[in-house]
Amino acid sequence: MADAAAIAEGSNPLTIKVSGDWGLGNPVPPVDDVLAELGALPAGAGLELADGGLGSWDTVLIAYLSRLVEAGQAGSLKVSYGQLPAGVRGLLDLAFAVGEREGARREATRKSFLTRVGDRAIAATGGVADGVAFLGEAIQSVGRLLTGRARWEPADFWSAVQESGPRALGIVGLISFLVGAILAFVGAVQLEQFGAGIFVANLVGLAMTREMAAMMTAVIMAGRTAAAYAAELGTMRVNEEIDALSTMGIEPMDYLVLPRLLALVAMMPLLTLYADLLGILGGMLVGVSMMDLGALAYYQQTIDSIGVDDFLIGIGKSVVFGVLVSLIGCMRGIQAGNSARAVGDAATKAVVTCIVAIVVSDATITVILTVLGI
Amino acid sequence: MSSSMEQTESKAAKPDEFIMVIEDLWYSRGQKKIFQGLNINIRRGEVTAIMGPSGTGKTTLLRLMTGQILPDRGRILIGGEDVTKMSRRELYRLRKRIGMLFQNGALLTDLSVYDNVAFPLREHTNLPERLVRHIVLTKLHAVGLRGAWQMSPSELSGGMARRVALARAMVMDPDIIFYDEPFVGLDPISMGVVVRLIRKLNDALGLTSIVVSHDVEEVSSIADRTFLISDGRVVASGTPEDMEQNVSAVVQQFMSGMADGPVPFHYPAPDYDEQILKRNES
Repeated sequence: MADAAAIAEGSNPLTIKVSGDWGLGNPVPPVDDVLAELGALPAGAGLELADGGLGSWDTVLIAYLSRLVEAGQAGSLKVSYGQLPAGVRGLLDLAFAVGEREGARREATRKSFLTRVGDRAIAATGGVADGVAFLGEAIQSVGRLLTGRARWEPADFWSAVQESGPRALGIVGLISFLVGAILAFVGAVQLEQFGAGIFVANLVGLAMTREMAAMMTAVIMAGRTAAAYAAELGTMRVNEEIDALSTMGIEPMDYLVLPRLLALVAMMPLLTLYADLLGILGGMLVGVSMMDLGALAYYQQTIDSIGVDDFLIGIGKSVVFGVLVSLIGCMRGIQAGNSARAVGDAATKAVVTCIVAIVVSDATITVILTVLGI
Repeated sequence: MSSSMEQTESKAAKPDEFIMVIEDLWYSRGQKKIFQGLNINIRRGEVTAIMGPSGTGKTTLLRLMTGQILPDRGRILIGGEDVTKMSRRELYRLRKRIGMLFQNGALLTDLSVYDNVAFPLREHTNLPERLVRHIVLTKLHAVGLRGAWQMSPSELSGGMARRVALARAMVMDPDIIFYDEPFVGLDPISMGVVVRLIRKLNDALGLTSIVVSHDVEEVSSIADRTFLISDGRVVASGTPEDMEQNVSAVVQQFMSGMADGPVPFHYPAPDYDEQILKRNES
């Protein structure tokens, strides 16, 4: 086993003998005591470093000894280390062969609180600026699409449609059905106290068409599609594929973002309608099975309570959410860093940013609609 | 255009002798100054090497040259047109005349080798598929991978991927091809193949090649002219022989690969003793 690293001292000239195993894993004798002792010696005294049964050693020993040599030289002592093993001697020689470069030593300073706050703030502003710039580029790209100058592959659009449309039906259907059922449960308890159980149909119908269908669909799409977009484009960024596209004279914005944006904007309203339907079905199931409402009565009450404008509000929101989800997903991907970890970060950030953006924009739209009285 | 070139190049130059002129280029990223008054002239039809230690901004320079990022100051002329002042549309038009080989090939992973090489043709031209096929197979043949046309990029070795990327870079018959570290991570055989290909294609197709690299030996064997960048400036330039005979310390350090010299071996760090001993004592 490893012997403890140790030093022994002899006097006149002061001799420091190193023994035992000196390694990064072993504790070493404190250097400050020895330094203090060296500092007490008069100028011109001798200091000898010697081998007192040295075991295995690594850079720790060299660092330790060079510290002593330095201190010795600073105190004008006569330092000699001729008795050390040849390897140690060689490394010590090497350590002092080239003087330390001026300014090469960088002092680690802890930034003050205000500096850190400022750094954060500047970084956050930069993030907003990046987002706005990306939005601007996306608008330009749509402009090029409308004037027929955008270069993109219809095949990419169709595969994005497939991915964000039919493949999402299962989960969107399940979640909306359950959300409708939950709304009905919550309403049932309250409304039955007033003997107004049938109004569950109004509650579920209005909530689904105006709010929940669009929002739940958007949250689901943030989780599956925005994350997928961010990961796909982030991987392309890491592989330099995005740089390659732009040096081949192809706008990554047109080629990569446009088909995804269009696909989601086209699919979101359809998915929302589908979610409306399944949500109302979920509510109806609860109404019929738990509250003894007739299916036909429930149906009639739903038809009477919701109008086309309620559907249109939900669909309008879904278009806004579609734009947000696809653009945020693509932006996080395109702005990803160049490492493997960056792709994962991009996907995570995409989902988080999407959900925040969805809820904030939904709240904003709802407030505006309420103020306008629609 | 010609007057500005005569200022930067003392020799009498024909107006179109230089395909690319970089004048007084300044660029910084955050606090770090990357280029401080860089001047480079690149001759038409030659293989020009741009060398420098890691971290001197060679890849950044390529991005500046292709207009992917903008400099703080200075001009970059390609064929007399200033890249830094181009509109987006002009820039994309220019890029059709430029081929670029990326460090790891940057093939589009969901397309086959054939479709990758055909990609620029299909996007930028309306050539009939028969002609596209002819051009693509010719270019693949030139890099020796005609037989691999059906493979997907994930099936290729590093050297093969780089050769396919090379075929793609020259499929539009560009005027200039940029190579970003084309020799990194290749085995000696693939490296030899790529080295010879760069020279052969340059001469056969009448291209201008700009090779950014720090593989001194390989680059010296094919470059007509070398620019060595350090600390944001060109510290030496000339033919490979000139470079070898150059006595300046930076050039010597770089060309013969010495660890310490004007380019420090040590990245700024806290004191060595302290960093190691502190941890052990505690």
